[in-house]
Amino acid sequence: MAILVIAEHTNDALNGATLNAVTAALAIGGDVDVLVAGSNCSAAAESAAKISGVNKVLCADDATYEHQLAENMGLLVSDLGKSYGHILASATTGGKNFMPRVAALLDVDQISEIIRVDSPDTFARPIYAGNAIATVQSSASVKVITVRGTGFDAAPAEGGSAVVELINGPADAGISSFVGEELASSDRPELSAADIVVSGGRGMGNGENFELLYTLADKLGAAVGASRAAVDAGFVPNDMQVGQTGKIVAPNLYIAVGISGAIQHLAGMKDSKVIVAINKDEEAPIFQVADYGLVADLFEAVPELEKQL
Amino acid sequence: MKVLVAVKRVIDYNVKVRVKADNTDVDLTNVKMAMNPFDEIAIEEAVRLKESGVATEVVVVSIGGKESQEQIRTALALGADRGILVETGEKLGSLSVAKLLKAVVDEEKPDLVILGKQSIDNDNNQTGQMLAALASMPQGTFASEVKVADGQVAVTREVDGGLQTVSLKLPAVVTTDLRLNEPRYASLPNIMKAKRKPLDTKTPEELGVTLGSTITTLKVEPPAERQAGIKVASVEELVDKLKNEAKVI
Repeated sequence: MAILVIAEHTNDALNGATLNAVTAALAIGGDVDVLVAGSNCSAAAESAAKISGVNKVLCADDATYEHQLAENMGLLVSDLGKSYGHILASATTGGKNFMPRVAALLDVDQISEIIRVDSPDTFARPIYAGNAIATVQSSASVKVITVRGTGFDAAPAEGGSAVVELINGPADAGISSFVGEELASSDRPELSAADIVVSGGRGMGNGENFELLYTLADKLGAAVGASRAAVDAGFVPNDMQVGQTGKIVAPNLYIAVGISGAIQHLAGMKDSKVIVAINKDEEAPIFQVADYGLVADLFEAVPELEKQL
Repeated sequence: MKVLVAVKRVIDYNVKVRVKADNTDVDLTNVKMAMNPFDEIAIEEAVRLKESGVATEVVVVSIGGKESQEQIRTALALGADRGILVETGEKLGSLSVAKLLKAVVDEEKPDLVILGKQSIDNDNNQTGQMLAALASMPQGTFASEVKVADGQVAVTREVDGGLQTVSLKLPAVVTTDLRLNEPRYASLPNIMKAKRKPLDTKTPEELGVTLGSTITTLKVEPPAERQAGIKVASVEELVDKLKNEAKVI
């Protein structure tokens, strides 16, 4: 049976996480259709049609889906999904929001945040903050799955030429509405897709000191992240949090600055290829996962590092 | 306004879990258990709604074995008014839990249901959304601010790009994120008082819910261990290693 991938997008552009979900779908095997639900979202639908390996793009272009509210997405996707064997979405805050509604409406369990496809019905997923990996088998008629982006390579964004089919969905559920949003704007790469990530923790002391990391990141072309401690302390906003309940990253290089290395933080970054830790406490647990550890005062080491690059 | 809060008994967040030698599950023998941290935030929010005069009653529900009474008593000590234990020895998936909670919602008819956004054992992040779908309620997940007024609740949500605010018609489901509030500690007098607060026990059969799952766990394994690397003596050495050994810059 075919597989339906729910695209993550901003109406005028496709979010990169969708490409990883397409790779997971191709690993399951079968025709891969992509749903783009939004408002004035033809640009996103056209991008989806170019993804290598995509069979067909379904485009639900209606004001109802402008902000992809979970109540409306749940109705649309559970309705469409009945004729598919699998429904996949990225394990972003978008996918995590509406996919369990889809599963409940279809009366099936959901498999969250898969990192591996073993067969069309068997998947691996981390549990207990990544301290254990469960291999699970699903007997559901429709398998509702969210995909952790770091577990799968991105499918090529170009090379496909799928047809775009316009569809209509159910009417607005009428129980929720969008009020507003405050989205961070940054010229730096997106955290979950960046090649290099520089993260700061409680050791940064305050928000102003994060300037040190921004300067370093700009020299490296890196994204900037933070530990929960730094976000809770109000140094930086929540969208920068890396960890079990924040963003999961796996860049080529992760530089942890002033981060002690709580289990919950390690869960979000320990699959990085190379980890560097800079911390003045040589007993900090972060050193147990770091390839290169530097025991030093970050306020001296970070500017020095920036200068030497 | 009545608020229902769901809490779960899970491994204490400070404990590093180990996988059993036979790879069937993680080993929870003699491990410290506690209330799921996100659920503490849910209780705190409900109690604050009561203290500010918005809520009139806070009911706490937990699903699990007899020992889950401990977490209900903790919630009662933090300010909830009464508790309900749906007692079952079975290990349940999120959908079954959502169905049981839906049955409790049908009986209790709360205006607002608050849950943690995920439990730190299975990390599923599903139950609140599933409950909302089953009860045909709107949902405000990953909440960092909750404001109730005029039959609506405005929920500010922590999303990947920043913050999003939605307005939901009551009754509604809210799931908590870390920044919603800082939970209080229970005082000794309140812990004593909590022992006398009502705690009902129900069974899944009484609630008319058939349990089951379409998911079978085949095995549970430890993740690939990361080996600790080396300590470098200076920034200069670090830059040299990154350039010439790791070749990542």
